[in-house]
Amino acid sequence: MSWAKRILRVNLTKGTCQEEPLNMDWAQKYLGQRGLATKYLCEEIDPRVDPLSPDNKLIIATGPLTGTAASTGGRWSVITKGALTGAIACSNSGGFFGAELKFAGWDMIIFEGKSPKPVYLLVQDDVAQLVDASGYWGRTVWETEKGLKAEHQDPQLRVASIGQAGEVGVKFAGIVNDLHRAAGRSGVGTVMGSKNLKAVAVRGTKGVQVRDPIAFMKATSEAKAVLAENAVTGEGLPAMGTQVLMNVINECGALPTRNHKDVQFAGASDISAEAMHETRRSDGKANLTRNGACFGCTIGCGRISTIDPTHYTVKDRKQYQMASGGLEYEAAWALGAANGVNDLDALTFANFICNEQGFDPISFGATVGAAMELYEMGVITTKDTGGLELTWGNAETLTTLAELTGRGEGFGAEIGLGSKLLTEKYGHPDLSMSVKGQEFPAYDARGIQGMGLTYATSNRGACHLRGYTVASEVLGIPEKTDPLSSDGKAGLVIAFQDATGAVDSAGICVFTTFAWSMDNIAPQIAAACEGDWSVEKLLEVGERIWNLERKFNMDAGFTGKDDTLPKRLLKDAAKTGPAEGKVNELGKMLPEYYALRGWTPDGVPTNDTLGRLVL
Amino acid sequence: MKITIKLFALLDKYLPDGAHKNQVDITVADDATVMDVIRSINLPQEHCHLVLVDGVYVAPSERETRVLNEGEALAIWPPVAGG
Repeated sequence: MSWAKRILRVNLTKGTCQEEPLNMDWAQKYLGQRGLATKYLCEEIDPRVDPLSPDNKLIIATGPLTGTAASTGGRWSVITKGALTGAIACSNSGGFFGAELKFAGWDMIIFEGKSPKPVYLLVQDDVAQLVDASGYWGRTVWETEKGLKAEHQDPQLRVASIGQAGEVGVKFAGIVNDLHRAAGRSGVGTVMGSKNLKAVAVRGTKGVQVRDPIAFMKATSEAKAVLAENAVTGEGLPAMGTQVLMNVINECGALPTRNHKDVQFAGASDISAEAMHETRRSDGKANLTRNGACFGCTIGCGRISTIDPTHYTVKDRKQYQMASGGLEYEAAWALGAANGVNDLDALTFANFICNEQGFDPISFGATVGAAMELYEMGVITTKDTGGLELTWGNAETLTTLAELTGRGEGFGAEIGLGSKLLTEKYGHPDLSMSVKGQEFPAYDARGIQGMGLTYATSNRGACHLRGYTVASEVLGIPEKTDPLSSDGKAGLVIAFQDATGAVDSAGICVFTTFAWSMDNIAPQIAAACEGDWSVEKLLEVGERIWNLERKFNMDAGFTGKDDTLPKRLLKDAAKTGPAEGKVNELGKMLPEYYALRGWTPDGVPTNDTLGRLVL
Repeated sequence: MKITIKLFALLDKYLPDGAHKNQVDITVADDATVMDVIRSINLPQEHCHLVLVDGVYVAPSERETRVLNEGEALAIWPPVAGG
């Protein structure tokens, strides 16, 4: 149990919805969510398929702990071939949508084909149907969610939808649920839009059954106590949120600034967690209104914020003078330091637009940064931008571009290409700060060496959530390592990658691992699910998932040569801070990584490795 | 000599008078160590999880002996994380 053991297969071309049993042999090997859906995708599509063709599939997947009493047990993921990257994509979200899908009695939904007209999927427990969405096409995420709840007279309907960004083909469009939680990365919303699928609306009343309820309550209660008593998950994250990292990473000299030209940003404190707490003069309130939590979460790291009502972005637009999601650290960095913008309210507004129109603030902000550098070089001019001045630190340009990008209008349509295609178009591909076409998050790999290897080897393109060695290298979790040294980082990256693969497949949030080890997680899964769910098995599952994703990418045409970083990080030394004079030592770490992974010197999993992992 | 002290997250209440944006310049003895400064502002040690001098981590075992130099910045956080 704990799995619902049912899949909903939706053929958008034919307009059919069919139930089928979950493959429980695969569930024992891949657990759920990221791992299990990746297995289904690999079995069902040609890895060389065009991500935007009807032959690509899009899978919405929960984990066995999704919808249970496990803390943070509300996670769900979208697995597909990414529109931004052409690689395997797995984008993870929180909120309440995932638990609702599980309550309705479904482990996952597999979408295949392409609808001839805009539709949304309505799931009410066992009943699933495709419904005409022509009235919602062209509308924002926020309008769609509000409209669907009103149309069905059900405020507890949970909705995951795309905004205009997903409709017009912004390469980094995401899928947003519960207004401001998002499966944001790799262009999973772009794939959804290409299928004419506007939204998935779910209402579930069936609940989730676990294998051993008494053992499960004991395991989850003990694990919640660990979270509550831990200084990070019990106090730091709820009070300060992820944004506390802005000053940390800046002090460490690893805050990518102005398209990674610099590693420290003078305006970092202006856009930090501490700044979000400051009382402003206009209305006596702070940017931060309160913290927020997803389904079942006992951490509550989320930020709910309000823009200064006198700020230029909202003073004449009351619809944005409300409390909504953000800023989180990665978004604040991408919208801020990456472009040299230190206007906290402008960043909050741009983030609202990303949620409202459904696109990834990391890729958006980083692409604006690349465009600003091209503008500084004179390669892009106001003739290209429709008069917009893309000067570093220009908050009004940033917020204007956010609105244009969301609608696919003007120069926003070019930003919507992502930095890889944009910089290629203008003849400077080296200025795309990305791996496999996906933009970096908020850690400079010259100042945090392990993150360079994490980025280079990430199966979904540059990403911090595939192996967050920042925890060890900067924050000392579980133990402190030197961020400026590449020694031992190959093993560290692998350990993080494999453990994260298991966590991402369980239905819980990776932030629990700031307090939990696998020793805290395994008993919860073991009490909920049939089978042996020891720590050793979970790590084996994580390694299996990593290699399966790798195999998909290699079959899609990627090679070891794609496990690299932009020249800027490998050749141009950091100018300031502790990492001054350093570049990323990927050339030293990568061969060690391949060897430890059981891959050839070219980065191909050996037959022995594939056999050991039963792949 | 003068150094800069920076206290972040929930530690700002321990900042000496005159602080702005979580930092303030203070005068300390020429041979002052990291721990000397921490004690001088009554900052409980259990809150000193991440301790950086000019961005470089100072381990707990080094804080009694790491002598600060003129103009250095001592930055301190309680246990924090994000991502």
